[in-house]
Order: sequence, then structure tokens, then C-alpha cells
Amino acid sequence: MTRKLPKITVWRAIFAAILASGIYATYLRIFYGLGGSTNLSDQFPWGIWIAFDVMCGVGLAAGGFTLVAMVHIFNIEKYKPILRPAILTAFLGYLLVTVGLLYDLGRPDRLWHPLVMWNPHSVMFEVAWCVTLYSTVLFLEFLPVVLEKFGLHKPLRWIHKISVPLMILGVLLSTLHQSSLGTLFLIVPEKLYPLWYTPILPLLFYVSAIAVGLAMTIFESWHSSRAFGRALELPLLMSMGRVLAVVLSVYLWIRFLDLSHRHAFALLAQNRIETWLFALEIALLVVPTALLYLQRVRSSPGSLYACAVMVIFGFIANRLNVGSTGLEAGSGTHYIPRWSEVAVTLSIVAVGFAIFRLVAEYFPIFEAAKNEHEAAPMEQTETHPVEVA
Amino acid sequence: MSKAILYDSTLCIGCKACEGACAERWGLPYNEKIAAEEKISAHKLTAIETHGDKFCRRLCMNCVEPACVSVCPVGALQKTSLGPVTYDADKCMGCRYCMQACPFQVPSYEWSSRLPRMRKCDMCYQRQSEGKLTACAEACPVGATLNGDRDELIREAQRRLAEKPDQYYGRIYGLTEVGGTSVFYLSAVPFAQIGLRTGVPQEPLPETTWRVLELVPDVVSTGTVLLGGIYWITNRRAEVAKKEGRR
Repeated sequence: MTRKLPKITVWRAIFAAILASGIYATYLRIFYGLGGSTNLSDQFPWGIWIAFDVMCGVGLAAGGFTLVAMVHIFNIEKYKPILRPAILTAFLGYLLVTVGLLYDLGRPDRLWHPLVMWNPHSVMFEVAWCVTLYSTVLFLEFLPVVLEKFGLHKPLRWIHKISVPLMILGVLLSTLHQSSLGTLFLIVPEKLYPLWYTPILPLLFYVSAIAVGLAMTIFESWHSSRAFGRALELPLLMSMGRVLAVVLSVYLWIRFLDLSHRHAFALLAQNRIETWLFALEIALLVVPTALLYLQRVRSSPGSLYACAVMVIFGFIANRLNVGSTGLEAGSGTHYIPRWSEVAVTLSIVAVGFAIFRLVAEYFPIFEAAKNEHEAAPMEQTETHPVEVA
Repeated sequence: MSKAILYDSTLCIGCKACEGACAERWGLPYNEKIAAEEKISAHKLTAIETHGDKFCRRLCMNCVEPACVSVCPVGALQKTSLGPVTYDADKCMGCRYCMQACPFQVPSYEWSSRLPRMRKCDMCYQRQSEGKLTACAEACPVGATLNGDRDELIREAQRRLAEKPDQYYGRIYGLTEVGGTSVFYLSAVPFAQIGLRTGVPQEPLPETTWRVLELVPDVVSTGTVLLGGIYWITNRRAEVAKKEGRR
């Protein structure tokens, strides 16, 4: 296989610049500690490495469990062509979350400690276990792609045998830790601004994770169809836009009820930074929800993509508000990430995009149906539901 | 027989003998520059704050039901039956959830270290388990910091409030805050005026997360039945459809 030197494009130049700054920031993190690479303090111990890299990373990877549930448990076969990209995103997402954690933990060499030293009363302990187990499940869900590529039929059949319990386990683990990321913040009732602090944070985190999982699937499909010159699975994505509109409506309605039951709407009259951040977050979720109810918007790839992007940004705004900005006033301090924190975060995102592209180029991600036939012809039929994508 | 500390702000003369004794007990450096820092940090586990002509001493509250102990994923923090909340640096992986969770913003981190630890007062667990007083209580020349049995110190504080109601703000800080602490404050003025956090909840914080965590077994078992059942129904439907299609 001959390979030409890569052309220098604007995107490649930006990618290289991000990576270079990320490498320098990594040097600072390793040799000068958290103090030398972050703006964290005793009053504000968690920054964007938690609020973005971990909380948004796990959420944005939620497409994996959402689609597995839709295709294999609810048996909605038509979504199958976009199942593999979603599982790949999820698997990469969790790997990158782990990388983010290695930067953030004061002692990254002790990442494994929660697996051995237990404290079942700790939400963080539960999250650690769920994320570890779910990453393993995602690995096994993605493994058939690799096995197919190299024609290893025997292990492929073993995986098919355990696929149903595996998928149910994956959905359960996701349900637990997606919601638990919200539970993490129940311990700070006096610190988190009341527009965000609510006893139902776990429920809100769970429902919004499902929504952003769907939005990410639309986002990926659009990008990969452009990158690989494939036709967009438009009818699929249109119906997914419908599901997304309903999930978002449910989410927004729960939030409305919660705010009104807690009499929190009065807070919106105050001219504070939190009010504006809340308004931004809600607008980024309400606007796409309303638009997605229009047939015209759903049937246009561009508008559908724009809605998905808005949902993703609305989701990110929510996680940053809960995990960072909403805690500032209550902590009596002000936090703005240092450049090195931003550089590491951007590098992780950039590397995620690059790996996704490489894997999608060399492995059968987008021709799942065809390849599964080749792999195990005797047990695969169009309607057979059991195979793991 | 749980231990506690009673700090009476009206008696404190701001001599900072407690700070020096504390630094010595932890083997931390102490000099004029550090004495001038009026906040607790990784190298200063107790601090005397000046609020006008009043003083207030900051240290770990060693809560009865500590948020930090409940959130630590590796169990590095423990509430001992003696009263102190202890920390095992060998277990700690540095997630800093204890710092986020502490309603009094007590735990400090060794931010500039390559192998950082969390630091906080542990109410001299070692000394107290040997029957000695905490270093700060032993050093205090005026008895502003007392160390002893928790119930006895509460009675002593109540006695002072009853005997000289005009000299005290009539409450004991730490009695009900986050469900009770092992450090109590008496003050001549409302507690907010000497820098104490008065907005903290009156219930133990571990409850807030445990209410959700205790549902995990229910979610797992119900979820398994539900998802398994849905799978069984939807795939049965597909099998039937397949057979009918063949006929």
C-alpha cells in the first residue's frame, strides 16, 4: 500500500497547532503538577477537566447505549446502519474520558484504587465501577467489527452467543452512571446555584444524556457522509429527529415542573451571570425542540444537522453550568480555566475526531449489514435480531 | 465517648499559639510570614482569622456525619469512633471530591506537588487516642480552645450561654449544622460576622446522595426484568413475522 504525504489543509494545520499546545500543556501537568497547569484552588477543586472532559464526554457517548437499546432491545431494525458508528463513538468517548481523568486526578497512577478499595456510599465509587464495566461492554460490542475485518469467525460466534445479556448489561450500566453524574452534585446543596440544584438532578442527567446521544448520532452521520462521500441515511435521521424532539420535550417539561415546584422561577428576575447562562442553556434546547416538530426542518439535512448541533451545545452548556459556573458563587470564588486546561481539552477532542476517522476508514463501520452476512452467513437473515452490530 | 473541641471566640486573644503548636505537630514550617496568612491551606491546617476586634479560628469541623467520608471513592477518609475524621494518603487518588463536598471548604490540596495529598486537621487523632489533648488545646494560654468529651463540652457551652447571656450570641455553632460537628463555636456576635458559614444545611449531607444510591439495586433488578421482557416481546414479534412471511 503506497501512501502519499498528507496535504496541508487549514484543518490539518489547526489540528497540529492544537496538538502541539496540548503536548506542552501535558509537559506542564506532569512536571509542575495541577498547580502549574490549572487555575484550580482549594475553593474551586474541579475545573473543565471534570465539567467538560468527563461530564460532557460521558454524555456525548450516550448514543451507544441509546441505539443499542433501540435496535436490539426494542428491535427497531431500521436504525441498524447507524448503530456501529454510535458504538464506535461511545467506545472512543469512554477511552478519552479516561485520558481526561488521568490529567485531572492528583495521582493518576492510582486510577485503579476504587476497584480494590471500596466505599459503596460514594457516588464516585459507583461511577468508577460503572464506567469501567461499561467500557468493557463497549469493547465487546465493538469487537465484532475487528473480528470481521480479519475474518475470525469462531470468536465472532462466541460473542453472538452472549450478545443479549451483554446489551442489557450495557444499557443498565449506562442508566446508572449517566444519572449518577448528576447525583455527584446532590452533595453540594449550599454551593450549586438553585436554578440547577434539584433532588432530581440524576433524572435530568439521564434524560438529557439520551437526547444528546441521539443528537450526536445525527451529527456523526452528517459528518461521516461528507467525509466518506456516502449518501446520508436521511429517512432514518428524519425519524430520529422526531424521537429527539419528543425526548427533549419530555426533558424540558420535567425541568419546567421542577423549577415551578421549587419556586425557582423568581430567581430569573435577578440580573446575575447565572440567569443569563441559564437562559442560554434553555434557549439552546428549546429552539431545536420547536424546530424539530416542523416536517420542513426534519427533511432538510442542513437544518436537521443545525438542530443536532444546537442540542449538543445546549447539553454542554448544562453540564458546564452544573459542574463549574453554577458552583462559583456558592464557592465564593471565580474560576476561569488556564490556557493549558483548554489546550488539553481541545487536544482530547481533536484526537477523538482523528481516531474516529481512521477507524471508520479502515474498518467496516458503515457497511455493517453487508459484512455481517459475509461473516456468519448461516445464522444471519434480514430480520434476525440477535446479532451484535 | 466521642471527643470534640470547643472554641470560645470571646476568650480568644489572637496569639496564634494554636497555629504554632499545630504546625509543630504536623512537622510543617511556621514563621511570621505563614502566621500572617489568615486562611487554612495545605501548609496551615488551622488559622486564626481577624474580624474587626473579634477572632475566629478555622479548622476541620470533624463532622458527626461527614460529607467527605461519604463521597471518598476509595475510603481514604474515615470517621473514627473517637470523633476525629482521619485521612489515609496512601489510598487517596486525588479526585478531590472531598474538597467539592465539604460544606465548610476545609480540605486543602498540595497543588504544586507532583505527588499531591489532601491536607486537613484530624483533631490530633494520634494524640487523643493516647489520652493526650489536641496540640492546639494544650497550647492555648487562655482556654479559648478546649478539648474533651463531646457531651461535656456541649454542657459547658450551654452553661456559659446561660450564665452570661449578655456576653454571647445565644447559640452554639456546630450543634445542628450539617447534623452536628465535633467542633463548637461560641461568639459574641452572630456567626456570619466572624466568617462562619451560616447557610449550611441542618441535615447530614450524606443523606442527599444516599437517597439516590440506595436505589441502585432496585434500578438494576427492575431494569433487567423490564429490558429482558421488552426484548422477549419485540423479538417474538419479529420471529412470528418472519414465519408468516415465509408461508
